[in-house]
Amino acid sequence: MLTPESEAHLADLVRGANGPLSVRGGGTRHMPGAGDALTTAGLTGITLYEPGALTLVARAGTPMSEIEAALAAENQRLPFEPMDHRPLLGTDGAPTIGGVVAMNASGPRRIQAGACRDSLIGVRFVNGEGAVIKNGGRVMKNVTGYDLVKLLAGSRGRLGVLTEVSFKVLPAAATQVTLTLTGLSVEEGVRAMSAALASPFEVTAAAHDPQAGQTTLRLEGLAGSVTYRAKELARVLAPFGTAAQAEGDASAATWATIRDARPIAGEGDIWRVSVRPSLGPDVVARAGAQAALLDWGGGLVWVRVEAGTDLRARLDGLSGTATRVRGTGPGALHPPSHAVARLEQGIAAKFDPKGLFAGAA
Amino acid sequence: MEMPKPDPFILDRKDQLVSRLLTVLPTDAVIHAPDETRAYECDALAAYTCPPLAAVLPRSTEEVSAVLKICHEMEIPVVPRGSGTSLAGGALPTADSVILGVGRLTDVLEVDYDDRLIRVQTGRTNLSVTGAVEEDGFFYAPDPSSQLACAIAGNIAMNSGGAHCLKYGVTTNNLMGVTLVQMDGTVLALGGAHLDGDGLDLLGVICGSEGQLGIVTEATLRILPKPEGARPVLIGFDSLEVAGACVADIIKAGVLPVAIEFMDRIIIRITEDYAGAGYPDCEALLIVEVEGSEDEIDEQLALIETIARRHDPVEFRQSQSEDESAKIWLGRKSAFGATGRVADYMCLDGTIPVSELPRVLAGITDLSKKFGLRVGNVFHAGDGNMHPLIMYDANKPGDLELCEEMGAEILKLCVEVGGCLTGEHGVGIEKRDLMGHQFTEVDMEQQMRVKDVFDPKWLLNPAKVFPLDITESRRST
Repeated sequence: MLTPESEAHLADLVRGANGPLSVRGGGTRHMPGAGDALTTAGLTGITLYEPGALTLVARAGTPMSEIEAALAAENQRLPFEPMDHRPLLGTDGAPTIGGVVAMNASGPRRIQAGACRDSLIGVRFVNGEGAVIKNGGRVMKNVTGYDLVKLLAGSRGRLGVLTEVSFKVLPAAATQVTLTLTGLSVEEGVRAMSAALASPFEVTAAAHDPQAGQTTLRLEGLAGSVTYRAKELARVLAPFGTAAQAEGDASAATWATIRDARPIAGEGDIWRVSVRPSLGPDVVARAGAQAALLDWGGGLVWVRVEAGTDLRARLDGLSGTATRVRGTGPGALHPPSHAVARLEQGIAAKFDPKGLFAGAA
Repeated sequence: MEMPKPDPFILDRKDQLVSRLLTVLPTDAVIHAPDETRAYECDALAAYTCPPLAAVLPRSTEEVSAVLKICHEMEIPVVPRGSGTSLAGGALPTADSVILGVGRLTDVLEVDYDDRLIRVQTGRTNLSVTGAVEEDGFFYAPDPSSQLACAIAGNIAMNSGGAHCLKYGVTTNNLMGVTLVQMDGTVLALGGAHLDGDGLDLLGVICGSEGQLGIVTEATLRILPKPEGARPVLIGFDSLEVAGACVADIIKAGVLPVAIEFMDRIIIRITEDYAGAGYPDCEALLIVEVEGSEDEIDEQLALIETIARRHDPVEFRQSQSEDESAKIWLGRKSAFGATGRVADYMCLDGTIPVSELPRVLAGITDLSKKFGLRVGNVFHAGDGNMHPLIMYDANKPGDLELCEEMGAEILKLCVEVGGCLTGEHGVGIEKRDLMGHQFTEVDMEQQMRVKDVFDPKWLLNPAKVFPLDITESRRST
């Protein structure tokens, strides 16, 4: 296992590599790789944290637990609520911030606060030629040059090895409340979520669990405001039933469960389907799923199907992407159009001409 | 500002180009008479002008593709243009280039409130996107100050921001998908009505690429339900440092205002003379706006007041009515116009870490003395996006050059403290030659390789963003 102790050391290793490298952070997210194992475990530590500027910069191998503890001490958080893949994938190890970025891992708050890529404001990385590249920086508004920050977020290690990542962070909410409707069909659940998200009451998460028959909506903010909005939102939801309310830890526990897609745990393949929210019910109906979970107001559909199922064939014609998160077989990632595939391959070849990271996708 | 010399081989083929363009476009969509191409000689960076070889105004993605194919075959550079409001020279032509204006692509293609999106052609103006949905209680969040005129195409090219992006983000955070036409005429879709696919985030790199990677003809944009209400407060301070500290404390406290705007004494006085908004005469003034129901606004403003009082403000003025709210915003909104009345000015937009505000403001004051040019500061303080306005006299020989030299010094200072050259206007030609202060050649090389993939012949807006000396070999092949 190659364990570079610094960015310069990593760059040396990449320049000297004779064959493919399999880069890993905490190894909790099932990212593929081929070749000599290289870990970011030696590249750790928060390098800058300015709560008053809502800015945090950390080396890519920094464990998420360290990032979360530092933020919690200042009553702040990562806005995009990254998923912990361990419960779903049965992995252990310590998730890293670099792994979160490489996957663009974004949880329920994605619909209100954006994805990981939206909070990410800077990266440093080593490309396939062993050159150290920086892009973006530590300020929230920056249009200087091309936005390679977005390109690196979610690139799953195909373009290089992340060494440092910068985020815009946000204050943690003083209060949260979860409203739950029970007994709705998937169609009704998505309609209820759409109604809630079209209201001005700033819903920060909206999910539907078909197994439990529960539709859940989250409100966050100052106490008085949350109380007011909970009352108003209940009125918006009245045509769909009477919403039960949970606060504090109970509310937080609900969303940790949804964030990590625990309701679909079990044997079989796991897929993650991204569609426009109104297509969510279609996805569930056509998937023939053993279990499903709709997040992002219906736009993110987690499904568990029998091992070996070609889910994309079942969803043929629906616009969106279907990604196999757990299970084996060809094509975990959604096949792009011919023109897009050509661009993706072109970019990968420009960032990594020797194909050292080609095993990453 | 240096631009590449026009290629005589291209100039010689103007007639051939025009006749080929007329095979794919109607007569009124091809502008080639010298007195008519002058309408496209500059954008809002009006100090630099150059009429293009021709301008085309296609009405469909197919027409855009057909035009690009012709220019690609003839190896003629193309400069995309939205409404021509770029402050950075993003739409400045060269004499051997074709301006491709998207101004006739203005249709709304789809509105879906259940999925909270609108799909439009990109020549549509920013404000008229909101206009298409506001009666139903929705809006499109990015609000650059030119929003009445600027086109979505330009917003995407420059990744435009606005006063309210502290809460809602900039264009890239509200853009879900595009139809892109590559220089060789290839039409492709990136993103769409769904969020975050699993491939490379090409949409993310298109946004802010200053029209160098392709022409965006359609865009899917996120729309949001309008808040119940909004109300500003005005807070005046005796010192810039204290105002800066108050901004940091508000941000830390857990309220998220939609806007925190900052004005210094020079701007306060200029806007007072012009607009008479009734601002106090003090060193620094903040306008903080929050949203929600009446009670929610009261709750947030009470917290903001507690924080502000700790910093001993000379004034804390809460709006009690629509009229008072409008008056608080009046001075801020007229700041650029009011400054334009008293002097010619150049507007910079470097961004800095909020914690460096006092140091940078002090540095700007020093530079102002050194160069003998007045500078007013009016900017989005919540995200550190500065807008120093350097005042000069365009009729005085050498003054523009002096102003540009001073602007460069300010931007270098922004980079030095951990910030960047441009927060929302883009690099264009204006900051092109300063890129080396923020990036190494290796950093820029990696960015240019992205253009190599999308536009291998370097024909799209080729003389922008990167210093000419490092792009020369690519442009001349």
